[in-house]
Amino acid sequence: MTFFRPSFRHPQLPANQAGYYLRDYEGGISTLCAGCGHDSINGAIIQACYELSLEPHRIVKLSGIGCSSKSPAYLLSAAHGFNSVHGRMPSIVTGANMANRELLYLGISGDGDTASIGMGQFVHAVRRNLNMVYIVMNNGCYGLTKGQYSATADKGSVGKKGEPNLLESIDLCEIAIQLGAGFVGRSFSGDKQQLVPLLKAAMSHIGMAFIDVISPCVTFNNTPTSTKSYHWVREHSEATSTFDFVPFRQEITTDYENGSTEAVTLHDHSVIYLHKKDPEVAVTDRRQAVDALEEHKEEGLILTGVLYVDPESEDTHTILNTSERPLNSLEQAELCPGSAALKEINEELR
Amino acid sequence: MKPTDINNPEYFHRVIDCQYACPSHTPVPEYIRLISEKRYDDAYMINWISNVFPGILGRVCDRPCEPACRRGRVEREAVAICRLKRVAADNREAGIESRFPKIPEEKNGKKVALIGAGPASLTVARDLLPLGYTVDLYDDQSAGGGFMRTQVPSFRLPEKVLNQEVGYILDMGVRTFFNHYISSMRSLLARDYDALFVGTGAPRGRDLPDLPGRREGAAGIHIGIDWLAGVVFGHVRSIGRKVLVLGGGNTAMDCCRTARRLGGEDVRVVVRSPLAEMKASPWEIEDAREEDIPFYENHLPVEFVVEQGQLKGMRFEKVEPRYDDQGKRTLVPSGEPLVLMECDEVILAVGQLNAFPWIEEDLGIEFDQWGLPVLGEGTFQSSLERVFFGGDAAFGPRNIITAVAHGHGAAISIDLFCSGRPLTERPGPKVSLLSQKMGVHDWLYHNQIADDLRQAVPTADRTKTLRDRLMEVELGFDRRLGHTEALRCLNCDIQTVFRVEECIECDACVDACPERCINFTANGTEEDLRRRLLAPARELSQALYVSAELPTGRVMVKDENLCLHCGICAERCPTSAWEMQKFSYQSPQAGEK
Repeated sequence: MTFFRPSFRHPQLPANQAGYYLRDYEGGISTLCAGCGHDSINGAIIQACYELSLEPHRIVKLSGIGCSSKSPAYLLSAAHGFNSVHGRMPSIVTGANMANRELLYLGISGDGDTASIGMGQFVHAVRRNLNMVYIVMNNGCYGLTKGQYSATADKGSVGKKGEPNLLESIDLCEIAIQLGAGFVGRSFSGDKQQLVPLLKAAMSHIGMAFIDVISPCVTFNNTPTSTKSYHWVREHSEATSTFDFVPFRQEITTDYENGSTEAVTLHDHSVIYLHKKDPEVAVTDRRQAVDALEEHKEEGLILTGVLYVDPESEDTHTILNTSERPLNSLEQAELCPGSAALKEINEELR
Repeated sequence: MKPTDINNPEYFHRVIDCQYACPSHTPVPEYIRLISEKRYDDAYMINWISNVFPGILGRVCDRPCEPACRRGRVEREAVAICRLKRVAADNREAGIESRFPKIPEEKNGKKVALIGAGPASLTVARDLLPLGYTVDLYDDQSAGGGFMRTQVPSFRLPEKVLNQEVGYILDMGVRTFFNHYISSMRSLLARDYDALFVGTGAPRGRDLPDLPGRREGAAGIHIGIDWLAGVVFGHVRSIGRKVLVLGGGNTAMDCCRTARRLGGEDVRVVVRSPLAEMKASPWEIEDAREEDIPFYENHLPVEFVVEQGQLKGMRFEKVEPRYDDQGKRTLVPSGEPLVLMECDEVILAVGQLNAFPWIEEDLGIEFDQWGLPVLGEGTFQSSLERVFFGGDAAFGPRNIITAVAHGHGAAISIDLFCSGRPLTERPGPKVSLLSQKMGVHDWLYHNQIADDLRQAVPTADRTKTLRDRLMEVELGFDRRLGHTEALRCLNCDIQTVFRVEECIECDACVDACPERCINFTANGTEEDLRRRLLAPARELSQALYVSAELPTGRVMVKDENLCLHCGICAERCPTSAWEMQKFSYQSPQAGEK
């Protein structure tokens, strides 16, 4: 059993624009089950951070409890980390984000951590459009407690124990769209070609960027009859579009045909080019987004890709008109402006 | 690309870079692993079976394995394979001979003559004696070993070590005829030998006969290999204070270092070529520098300066290397004035030649334009069908390990020839592929990659070694250093075997691989694939391992180049589509089917 990753890396791997190598974004070796989808998602997060040339120490990784929530141990060793109480990750992010708005917040959660015990936390973080990337590693079961169906397991899906799930499932993406998240996507742990650019776009979005990633539980929920198995997802997923994410400052080198390609410019001037199957569906329209999800569900298909973007959305800081600078950078003169300032305020209230 | 055929034994053999590079294909990772387990006798035997002279080669091998070692690509320096071989030899129990093959009492009635008692002939003897052959060994020296005795100085290879391992073979029942110069092949052919093997080496040192002053200064001018032999047999006991050694090969290194021990104080090595193109092994050059021997490059010898019958020095012309489009080098005069180097004696180590003055021309043994015997491809058989050649005698000057490999090959041919079978019906290598899985995540080998850098070898005090030419300079690794060095080996013989039908394409291996060797991608030509992989795959000599098509239409492509054989891909694989399996490859030897 390997407990420590070997220290050698391919000597010809290049550094990114910020001068960091891929290894600078890595974490400890995974202790999850071999073949767990979560590991692939962690790999995709590492790849996305590397490709965006983010500085690892400007990232905060937060999680709750569960298999998924062990992720902060497996990625971004140089980032800030917080492993919170079960389902309480959104509150911790809210607090941290209010104190320092300049960091990138990666909340990593699971279907149990978000759709069951943390449901109340999740919906309010979305309502506030908190500026964070909220990743749900969704395997439809409680892996840490031997694989009971979770709240996102589809009705009729049959896991390892052989009994179908009898309850309705919660679609976290639909809830997120309805509650005002500015960026909502769905992907599959086994499809890094889609997942990495999706994560990069989410990281560039300001406001709540919610990504539901179907992540097969190889130990308890990877049966051919489970709707969250590698096999099922590969057979039944359909992407809204293929897309390119072009970060701000990067030269656009591809010519896109008009009509089927929709360009969405994010707050930081990055652009998502969506090459859509159905040119009629606008990814920026909330109602159409929900409709598309429901229509695919009726057909027994899983819709993936960028489901909804609102490039104009306002995050919590903007809504609440909070301090523009991190609280730790405020000096005494700003925090205690003195009696003259107080007098001025009092004058305004007369 | 087509799926890789791992049933072809040469595929995984190539992945074991060191073993593949070794002319004798010694199973290097296997014996290094045994050293790390303190099983020195087992490690020695693996070597002995494959390369016959572990103690000798553990000191003076040319080490083709080390430049090939994967560790040298992964980090700065290769595993000290050669010195580890010595660890096995130094720590073997007395009485290891009990593990050698038994020599049958009843002989098979076939008689073989070996001419020359060097490594090639001794290897033939070792391979044939257990099969019941009667072996006669002829050499003009008083003891066996050939150029390992006459040319390799004792400060690199102590006589005791040499005697012991040569003795192992002689004690197997070789009939020796030492101090016996064969002056006529015809007379030997007239005797009742079923086969004859010529392993007489490349015994003639190249001279510079046309250089002005060569004849007048003869008393102070020596041919390198003859001079070294003179030192070994006690005919040469001292040398002048100022010595020039001409030549840039390993013989030149042995000459200059020996000269330092016999009284040479100002010993210089002068070469025609640039230093970077010298033929000597880097470590031998380094050892010479350690002994305060300077190197002069791009100096073309012009004349010996002799005054009153006394050698006073040499003149050199300075040259510059020029390279044409094909990279062929010519040395062009630089136009600078001639350089005079004073000296008392000159040693010429500018190359060796084959010489067979004792083989009569009308015997039917053909020689080519370079004076080398014409041999059957891979059979070592000459145009006279019962005469075989091997070692330097066959293809010109190489090294010990190559001579051993020739010996194995020639012994196979002789055995086939003597039993009346065609020489093309050669035995194949013995191979096996064995799972190393011991539990869910456990392996039968130590798969944790050690970070240690190459261990330095302890040496004896220089002031002492320069006074005594018999004192060995390298002390070798002790057990502790040997253990540390052994753990640097990446176990390249433990192969990553991929079973495409088990793969569920979860990508776990791709993410877990520290070197990013593993890819799942659309198939393409090799050139195209090499451009598309996660990590640059520019080392064209290293294969891509390609699977058959997976359910998603992609293929698995693994670049073998920097794989650490750490087993993490297999540990993170939920279906054991990846499995670590030990690939054993043993070169064929005489008598095998």
